[in-house]
Amino acid sequence: MASTETLRRPASGFRISRKMLPYVLSLPALLVCIGILIPFFTAVVYSFQRYRLSQPWSRQFNWGENYLNFFTDPAFWNTLKVSLLYAGITVTLELLLGLGIALLLQRRSAVNNFISIMLLLPLMIAPALAALMWKLMTNPSFGILSYLASLIGLNDFRWASSPDTALLTVVLVDIWVYTPFIMILLLAGLRSLPTQPFEAAALDGVPRSFVFFRITLPMLTPYILTATLFRLLDSIQQFDIIYAMTQGGPGNTLTVFQVEAYLNFFQSTNVGRSAALLIILWAITYTLSNVFIKNWLRLRERARGEA
Amino acid sequence: METMSPLERALRGLALTLVVVFFMFPIFWIFLMSFQTNETILAIPPSVIFTPTLSNYAALITGKLQTAAGTLDIAFMSNLGNSIFLSVASVAVSLVLGVPAAYAFARHKFRGSEDIAFTLLSFRFAPPLLVLLPLTQYFQWLGLSNTYFGLIWVYQLICLPLILWIVRGYFEDISADVEYAYRIAGHSWFATFRKIALPLAGPGIAAAGLLAFIFAWNNFVFALVLASADKQPVTVGALAFVTSSGIQYGQIAAAIVLSVTPTLALALYAQRYLVEGLSLGAVKG
Repeated sequence: MASTETLRRPASGFRISRKMLPYVLSLPALLVCIGILIPFFTAVVYSFQRYRLSQPWSRQFNWGENYLNFFTDPAFWNTLKVSLLYAGITVTLELLLGLGIALLLQRRSAVNNFISIMLLLPLMIAPALAALMWKLMTNPSFGILSYLASLIGLNDFRWASSPDTALLTVVLVDIWVYTPFIMILLLAGLRSLPTQPFEAAALDGVPRSFVFFRITLPMLTPYILTATLFRLLDSIQQFDIIYAMTQGGPGNTLTVFQVEAYLNFFQSTNVGRSAALLIILWAITYTLSNVFIKNWLRLRERARGEA
Repeated sequence: METMSPLERALRGLALTLVVVFFMFPIFWIFLMSFQTNETILAIPPSVIFTPTLSNYAALITGKLQTAAGTLDIAFMSNLGNSIFLSVASVAVSLVLGVPAAYAFARHKFRGSEDIAFTLLSFRFAPPLLVLLPLTQYFQWLGLSNTYFGLIWVYQLICLPLILWIVRGYFEDISADVEYAYRIAGHSWFATFRKIALPLAGPGIAAAGLLAFIFAWNNFVFALVLASADKQPVTVGALAFVTSSGIQYGQIAAAIVLSVTPTLALALYAQRYLVEGLSLGAVKG
């Protein structure tokens, strides 16, 4: 054994000191990511410039002008409003629905386990492809959902192509894709709760609503917070579903941050405005993710401890 | 758990049925559509009774589309090939880079280790376009535009944090004592890593790799911004497909079915690890 060991070691006797080893091990991963950090700083620079791809000659620093312009720019306020509305509605509904489903599936049984595995499938479909599936189902000439809508008297219900119902439609797709995420996290949380408090409550004949609100919910709170923040971070940045479904339309109904930034960059070629939008979105997600990481770390410690 | 009244049992059953119908119906319906011709798809009322046809799949696989205007070429199979290559290569690179780093973070509390680990994690939460839009210009200067190399590099943003954080958790679960014992017996750290740590964390590494594959496969925005038609994966390709002329609806459905089958199969295979993976180790499944 020892002899094969010496063979495997580099013949030069080159050895990495114990102190350097961790740095050497993590360096390649870091280098790859640093290459990607540079564009981040470039984006900060862009956001302080007057920079249009169509007029490269007029490129110059205008300092905070891109940001100051937002205050008087109705399109920006629309972006902020739609993004917050989208994130708020999707996360609230997904949380309620996910919690409900997790409670229904809490008891371990063959049927419940099978259903919980089946419900994972929408989560594993690419959101852009999920949007495409729903696009086929809401097509006005053959979509099954358009047909079902006509059965209940909603003739010519136009789903994502009408400004009145576009938000509702993309929210529906988001719910379809991401509710299972909240469901499996909360289900894992529910099943990991200690059983004693529930047994004691059952012995004392405590009403079930009391058990739910005073025992289950408080003990589940760290899981609920983690799932909510995870979803909130993704949802406020949603791009795939909205872009694949409507490209931000009709009109500017669904121009959330990333869609608006994409259109600004590639269609109106206003790089400065696009970058400023993304920096604001980044500031929002950075604040949220700091809250998130603290909570998530606590939960992770606990998961490690129980493992 | 206490016994349920018959009424409650029935209500629970009804609620679960509705849930299953809502989440399963779209998959079922698109699957059916993929075996239908335009005539049966456009029939009103829609029906689940039809003569199934494989013509949609045949058209996709041969890449030749018969339309009234003549024969059209479609590149869906090359999209599928791109998806496979980009995902497999990205995960492979991520594993090579990420597993040693994860080991370092798990075993050595060195200066700045938490900061570095969090910096890597923060990529998971940053808006992707913030990096992608400036990157389009850098890639032009570097000649990386529309290359597999460039795409695989950027895909590390998806795969690396996932691998790093999940695998780190698995390494932390292994008792360091086993490794010390092996090292005291006179083995190098590399032998310890290879013979003890890697095999013990093996299932976790495999699960992290599968999850990273699913995420890479499902990615849309990276390739939308950085790849042209010949390098695009299915997520971007299928979307372009919809707007091309002469396409039949059944063919779009068949393309979706082919595009989602790999991830669904892997998800079913690795479902035991999904909870841990999706929460980056915060919740044990």
